[in-house]
Amino acid sequence: MAGVQQGWFQPKSVSMQLFRDTNFDFMGNKLPLIGLSLLLTVAGIISLIIEGGPRYGIDFKGGTLLYVKFADKPSEESVRAALSKKIEGEISVVAVQGTNELMIQTEMRNEKELQSTRQAIEDTLASVFGSQPNKLDFTGAAAARVFERLNLPLQKAGVFISDDDLRKLITETLSFRDKQKGGILSSFDELSSVPGMTPQILTVLKQEAYLGKYLVRNTEVVGPRVGSELRTQALLATLYAMAGMLIYVGLRFEFVYGFAAVIAVLHDTVITIGLFSLFHKEISLTVVAALLTLVGYSMNDTIVVFDRIRENLQRGRKGDMTEIVNRSINETLSRTIMTSGLTFLTAVALWLFGGQVLNGFAFALVVGILVGTYSSIFVASPILVFWQEFMKNRGNNSKAGGVPPAVTTAKKLAAK
Amino acid sequence: MDRSMWIKIASIVGVTLVCLYGIIGLPKNQKELVDNFNNNIKLGLDLKGGSQLVLQVQVQDAFKAEADQLIDRIKTELKTASIDYGSFDRNEPNSIETADKIEIVAKGISINKAGEFRRLLSERFPDWNLTSTSGSDYKLTLKPTSALDLRKKTVASAIRTIESRIDGLGLAESSVQQRGAAETEPEILIQMPGVDDPARIKQILQTAALLELHEVQEGPFASREQMLTQFNGILPPGTKAVRGMGTQESWFILKRSPVITGRDLRDSRAAQDQMNNGWVTTFVLSQDAAGRFGRFTEANINKRLAIVLDGQVRSAPTIQNKISDNGQITGAATQQEANDLALVLRAGSLPASVVYLEERTVGPSLGADSIREGLMSGVVGLAAVVFVMLVYYKKAGINATVALILNAIILIAILAYAGATLTLPGIAGVVLTIGMAVDSNVLIFERIREELRGGKAVRAAIDAGFDRAFLTIIDTHVTAVVSSAFLFIFGTTNVKGFAVTLIIGLLANVFTAVFVSKVMFDWELSGNKKVTTLSI
Repeated sequence: MAGVQQGWFQPKSVSMQLFRDTNFDFMGNKLPLIGLSLLLTVAGIISLIIEGGPRYGIDFKGGTLLYVKFADKPSEESVRAALSKKIEGEISVVAVQGTNELMIQTEMRNEKELQSTRQAIEDTLASVFGSQPNKLDFTGAAAARVFERLNLPLQKAGVFISDDDLRKLITETLSFRDKQKGGILSSFDELSSVPGMTPQILTVLKQEAYLGKYLVRNTEVVGPRVGSELRTQALLATLYAMAGMLIYVGLRFEFVYGFAAVIAVLHDTVITIGLFSLFHKEISLTVVAALLTLVGYSMNDTIVVFDRIRENLQRGRKGDMTEIVNRSINETLSRTIMTSGLTFLTAVALWLFGGQVLNGFAFALVVGILVGTYSSIFVASPILVFWQEFMKNRGNNSKAGGVPPAVTTAKKLAAK
Repeated sequence: MDRSMWIKIASIVGVTLVCLYGIIGLPKNQKELVDNFNNNIKLGLDLKGGSQLVLQVQVQDAFKAEADQLIDRIKTELKTASIDYGSFDRNEPNSIETADKIEIVAKGISINKAGEFRRLLSERFPDWNLTSTSGSDYKLTLKPTSALDLRKKTVASAIRTIESRIDGLGLAESSVQQRGAAETEPEILIQMPGVDDPARIKQILQTAALLELHEVQEGPFASREQMLTQFNGILPPGTKAVRGMGTQESWFILKRSPVITGRDLRDSRAAQDQMNNGWVTTFVLSQDAAGRFGRFTEANINKRLAIVLDGQVRSAPTIQNKISDNGQITGAATQQEANDLALVLRAGSLPASVVYLEERTVGPSLGADSIREGLMSGVVGLAAVVFVMLVYYKKAGINATVALILNAIILIAILAYAGATLTLPGIAGVVLTIGMAVDSNVLIFERIREELRGGKAVRAAIDAGFDRAFLTIIDTHVTAVVSSAFLFIFGTTNVKGFAVTLIIGLLANVFTAVFVSKVMFDWELSGNKKVTTLSI
């Protein structure tokens, strides 16, 4: 540590500074930007209305969703055609970019279809992509099934291996299949590198099992009733959380601050959901987690600015509310850009490297961080200015001068 | 350096060590380190692979069974009290909501014994309300409090049965819990991380496993019609018709009350059938039942006995000689099927049938991909953040990086100590935590820079920076904790995961960003008496 200590405080060190003593007139330009906000919000809402509400994933509307990985990816159209012979209603088959996977999704209108639709999809896949009824499908086979299938034939073939050793070998083999080969082998011979695998065992395996050409990687079956329950619960939880923030910020600052912050957060949520609708992306439970995350970010950003406004008001800085808000935003600008930039980096990393499961989540974050940062400055703060100006005008009309605006607001609200 | 400084440093080192121990234990080599890590950090099934099921218990089944039992008991009581009766019938509530509307209609109770009948029912069956509908007819309904008890009992017993089946399968990390707040909510959430054969488990959980041995009255018949014509459309009293298993239709007429039920079993195992090399499930009866069964078989040699499982006749062998305590169930296609049947018989029967409302299964290969990609993005994101912090804040960036990493370590360690599982929404919580942790540092550093620019000396600027930023940090963090608390109380399972991770992360962040980071600055200053510039 001594070495670090030496170099820590360098003489004549110059700080790297992005925004030093900036003096942008944020509040002066608020009107066109509020217009932009309104435009985006309205566009989102219109898109939602045209689409008939948000595009819910099966978590929220009920349905069957399968991610199927193929050895050789077939065309989406051929799979859809095969499925439509057995399943009624809308079937969507979408290729997952950059992989050999298809996402198959069907809607579900009553609880009784819960098992049958999924079974129909799996049966269709089995018949189209070939299954060998008398052999075990090694692709996707569970350890217990492989064990049961191989136990006797191995004895008959004169391979002596204890049950425990065989179980261990199977576990190793399946782990190799899933972790090294992504679940699908192109040939049984690939298994010869698994420790403990012998040519004799491999021969028996080839004779008892075949390599299926596809693998169901992920299955979600949700009944429509559960779906609507989840939807209500997610919505309520979010609304309660917003009410909680409104009350806390209202107590720590003033009610109007809490109100402004919650409006900003709502603005971000509506725009993000609207963008999901515009880009035809689905709202799933994971996306809800992302929306909650961005609500957190946006609130954080807003409070940092509000905190500075409160501090500047307490110090009795000169100027009207517009000037104080402007100064506060400028003073915290360096921090805002730095934090948002860094979290944006994390979100982009998640988007680029996070894989298919995290894709919707990361998209919501990337959008949300941009919108959330913007809203703290151009939505939450102007509301404060509007409110104070409104109260001042009212105060001037009823009785001149007197109490400072901030105090008036609090009292008026307490009286209500 | 003064004494209090040493205490602070010691406490930070202490916390770090305790946290590291929680995550990796005391590894002796690299393999142990990896093993300990994997044991301590439990991954949810969305990351690791596995299955999540939501079952709904059809409680109306239990209500119907309760009513059927009641009818039998009332009839017995009436016979001993020599009260004549006409018939007893119950209605068919066919949904969970209407289960409480179960109703028994008693007809033809002799009018001059009405008082006796009423007294007997209110004394012996206090759970039921008796109302008179006409002179000799009555209606029995379940009292609301008793209905509530029955619902609770049914759900609780279904959970117990499912738990013991899952234990029997050896799924150590699984959890079975009631979904929803009320004890009467008939939904059960089952999470089974690492399960690779969900189809088999679904089958096992869904099996009612109601085993009954009945004396065969007549049969088999090739069809229901044939059976009914033989008896002119009315079955003999005290019997019931049951379908046989198999593709070929067959029907049996059995004595209504069973000789032996699944409750009388002591053990059950799969075994190889000597006759045709197939698999059977054998069972052993408890001592008390074995006595009954011995007497019954002795008295009924050459008659047939039907083995009925979940309302289907599995087989109907002829009793050759006295059997006391064992039997076997045929009809399993594979060893596994025979094994699974033995398992469900050992675990006991479900009090009502169950249906699946939801299933989520993540295959092991997808789970492996998710972990790899999640780690990859985490490492890239963190590296980018650290890089920018070091470039922008120079030496103070090291300070921030240490605080950030310690924040992550404390968060993971608390999850490990609490035995919590890390799920995808949990990762969302970690991402937000990292974001807010970075923000805490940025807030403090920007504030210190401001104070320096304002002309303060280094030491004063650092103190002022921490003091002022502390207020902001408290406000942002408390707001996030308050909203997370609401999410935790009202949210769905996976929103809860997000909320818990975030709350822990933020609390840890107050410690790392405010306390640890300040101590690091103070430590620097304590060595140098006259500091004029700060690398920030």
